Amino acid sequence: MIETLNKTEASHPSPTGEGREGTEGPLWEVFIRSKQGLDHKHVGSLHATDAKMAIENARDVYTRRMEGVSIWVVESKNIHASNPDEAASMYDPANDKVYRHPTFYNLPDELKHM
Amino acid sequence: MSVQELETIFDNKLEREIRIEPKDWMPDNYRKNLIRMISQHAHSEIVGMLPEGNWITRAPSLRRKATLLAKVQDEAGHGLYLYAAAETMGISREEMIDQLLTGKAKYSSIFNYPTLTWADIGAIGWLVDGAAIMNQVPLCRTSYGPYARAMIRVCKEESFHQRQGFEILLTLCRGSKEQKDMAQDALNRWWWPSLMMFGPNDDNSPHTAQSMKWKIKRFTNDELRQKFVDICTEQAKVLGLAIPDKDLKWNEEKMHYDFGEINWEEFNNVVNGNGPCNKERMAARIKAHEEGAWVREAALAYSEKKKQRQTPTAA
Ligand SMILES: [Fe+2]
Ligand SMILES: [Fe+2]
Repeated sequence: MIETLNKTEASHPSPTGEGREGTEGPLWEVFIRSKQGLDHKHVGSLHATDAKMAIENARDVYTRRMEGVSIWVVESKNIHASNPDEAASMYDPANDKVYRHPTFYNLPDELKHM
Repeated sequence: MSVQELETIFDNKLEREIRIEPKDWMPDNYRKNLIRMISQHAHSEIVGMLPEGNWITRAPSLRRKATLLAKVQDEAGHGLYLYAAAETMGISREEMIDQLLTGKAKYSSIFNYPTLTWADIGAIGWLVDGAAIMNQVPLCRTSYGPYARAMIRVCKEESFHQRQGFEILLTLCRGSKEQKDMAQDALNRWWWPSLMMFGPNDDNSPHTAQSMKWKIKRFTNDELRQKFVDICTEQAKVLGLAIPDKDLKWNEEKMHYDFGEINWEEFNNVVNGNGPCNKERMAARIKAHEEGAWVREAALAYSEKKKQRQTPTAA
């Protein structure tokens, strides 16, 4: 069910060989916090030979217009992803539990602030 | 699941405007077509830095120089976003670069024209980036998720490119007679190659119908070209420049401008490697790649050495 991410965002069997690292260095996924108080969000990927270079490249490529206050990079091969083919069974248990939502409960209109 | 069932799921996603993501099943031809399209697009951004880079050291003021540097740097970034999007389809960066440098892959024919005067930098921003934007805005809704996301990022950055170009031309057009003539001359040389950027006519474009069906493209080449002509014709009036097309005329019935026939022979020549600067552009890319080889090797060697230092040696 869980697979490693060898290529950006999610892998596909590569015709050139899985996880192969050319002269451009391994692939890194870049996450950026746009503003203090917000989550880091995936913005894209790049090649770099080490973490320091990945962060510097990410700054040059993804934050040229003040898009971020913090950068995370992680080598793509270290990300594990769920398999979209199993999405139906994976998320099925959440599908029939409407009572997890506030609108499921019938309360009188005169009740305020709830 | 059978291929037929997978195809039904795929078609159904397209039907419901659900984006296709890298790990989803997709027809081989969809993948091939997109790799071709995205990598060509990436190569165009990279080669596209060359004609403008030519003027960075000779920009007429510090303001223009800073702007041009920032624009060219953006184009490098666009190339990177696009290479990364293509990589999600299973082709490696190296392979794509290799295809470019060996001439196997194409890039936009527009970048094989020379930038002879400073006005050309204005014309490129206005017309070439303008045509690129016209193409790229609908691609923000293209069916392949990573390509669409890359395009959203690119489009956000593009609008300053076009505006700075128009500003350059406007300044020249409000200047001396020589300056205005220079702007007109740039428009004369860049107009037709810009129209060619939209590709062959629809009835001559083998990929268009399939790309529309796959919702990769949202408009045909001719639809986008018409929109571009309509918009630019009005914008040229602000500059007080004449578009070099004697057949350009408002058509009240169609509510569009009619325009002359593109010289397709020239287009095919440039696409096939015989434009004014094809050889120069490829030579510049090959030189940059070869002269950068030691940097890539050194960076890899350095990271190897660091890794070895971190690994504790067995007793
Ligand atoms: Fe661009
Ligand atoms: Fe641009």
